[in-house]
Amino acid sequence: MSELTDLTIAEARDALARGDVTSAELTEASLGAIEGAGALNVFIRPTPERAMEQARAADARRAAGDAPAMCGIPVGVKDLFCTRGVESQAASFILDGFRPEYESTVTQNLWDAGAVMLGKLNMDEFAMGSSNETSTYGDAVNPWRRTGDNTPLTPGGSSGGSAAAVAARLCAGATGTDTGGSIRQPAAFTGTVGLKPTYGRCSRWGIVAFASSLDQAGPMTRSVRDAAIMLGAMAGHDSKDSTSADIPVPDFEAMLTGDIRGKKIGVPREYRMEGMPAEIETLWHKGAEMLRDAGAEIVDISLPHTKYALPAYYVIAPAEASSNLARYDGVRYGHRATLAQGDGITEMYEKTRAEGFGKEVQRRVMIGTYVLSAGFYDAYYNKARKVRTLIKRDFEQAFAAGVDAILTPATPSPAFALGEMSEADPVQMYLNDVFTVPTNLAGLPGISVPAGLDSGGLPLGLQLIGHPWEEGDLLNTAHALESAAGFVSKPEKWW
Amino acid sequence: MSRIDTETARRVAKLARIAVPDDDLPALAGELSGILDFMEQLGEVDVTGVAPMTSVTPMRLKRREDVVTEGEMAGRILSNAPDAREGFFAVPKVVE
Repeated sequence: MSELTDLTIAEARDALARGDVTSAELTEASLGAIEGAGALNVFIRPTPERAMEQARAADARRAAGDAPAMCGIPVGVKDLFCTRGVESQAASFILDGFRPEYESTVTQNLWDAGAVMLGKLNMDEFAMGSSNETSTYGDAVNPWRRTGDNTPLTPGGSSGGSAAAVAARLCAGATGTDTGGSIRQPAAFTGTVGLKPTYGRCSRWGIVAFASSLDQAGPMTRSVRDAAIMLGAMAGHDSKDSTSADIPVPDFEAMLTGDIRGKKIGVPREYRMEGMPAEIETLWHKGAEMLRDAGAEIVDISLPHTKYALPAYYVIAPAEASSNLARYDGVRYGHRATLAQGDGITEMYEKTRAEGFGKEVQRRVMIGTYVLSAGFYDAYYNKARKVRTLIKRDFEQAFAAGVDAILTPATPSPAFALGEMSEADPVQMYLNDVFTVPTNLAGLPGISVPAGLDSGGLPLGLQLIGHPWEEGDLLNTAHALESAAGFVSKPEKWW
Repeated sequence: MSRIDTETARRVAKLARIAVPDDDLPALAGELSGILDFMEQLGEVDVTGVAPMTSVTPMRLKRREDVVTEGEMAGRILSNAPDAREGFFAVPKVVE
């Protein structure tokens, strides 16, 4: 039944509707694929019993004439989402054994829409990383390899497990979260589609917080249509998240007409980076040509503060993280260090956090603590928030001039080898996010679409950035790009 | 140039409540300095008259009735505690 795992969400939905297949069969096929994919270290906590129970319930629901958008579709869930009764650790040792007594709103929405949970997916610890190498579960491995080369590659991060699982056909869709590129960069590294919606489109309630003003959940799938279907099931207003938008969720799939005639697509000159591989530059040009051929008008635009997005991000995100992660103190949940004779509560905090947090998380918490500390708050944190205002203004001016969407590369390189960056300066790793971070700072929707292969046979992605709340229009442009690019490659199974 | 010396690194670790062994402080100071050097580029931007961003989407924070919506679930709240006794979180002695 291996071909069942090749189905996209839309194909599986249609097959279910025709009665060609049951959710139980689809789910069994996925569970089988997961069982055989241990080498990828992607599904760090499969939930087969729960999956089969939900699948049978979905089949019964469909038989009773009630088949919502994701009825019977098996999906994977990033470990950052709290799932009731199932360990949810944000890939951190400090949340060792944490079993939430509640369900995140986004996952609850998916279950209400009939989706089936296959299990929890690997990620960077607290979503801090771009290579899935900071996880307490160990590295997730990209199903893609360079042609004729067995070097294990990173699936990107932080939603590396989600991206790898979708690319390896272990599930048709997975939830991701994106604070600075954590959906779009791994999607680009694995030849999959990753959408970060407008800030406020999906509720953040029950998602372990990293940087609350930037975090946003989104779908990771193998097609733009699937991203539209899954976003519709995930999104919606939630009174439990005061930043979730109280606006209707349109039928995103119905907006995929493929007609982008007359659309104005901006190509920002500041995204032309020194040292960027020629193949990425070429792909970017090709992408613009494809959209032009589809009837869009391509215009050069300027987003003058782009260069400052990354340093502003690496002030704001750690500052918020240091506040959010203050709750991990060894008192209410997760790991508590063994204390020595005479240790008091301060030693308990300090030892627990030293043992529980990995190196990158410690580094970011400390950077955040420093930039928020007396004497530096204005110089770093307030300055960064002012620059953030300017970055958002850049986009607003481009949109006000009539630009409908912005086309950029998704990443400055294809997937790199696991371990390759281990000796590098932390800032080198941060550069992975250079094209994705501005979107988060401006709260805009962004999508990564697979658009080609590099000379080593690895997938490359292009990013489209849209107007706030216009995910439907953005998905339609992405759909046009996807159709023109005709990306059909998939990783050869070696695991 | 190092922005953070060993003493500052020690102070930041203390404020963050993360135990860092003395031997690790110089390396930590170096890493933190490197990251702060990277952030120094922000100094090039003229932000005169620019307001710091407080909300990325122009929305009014929603109000709700100030009433109890959920509660009476001490057992569930304590269920993940490393040490819970008699309906409370237990911690080492705080007051001598």
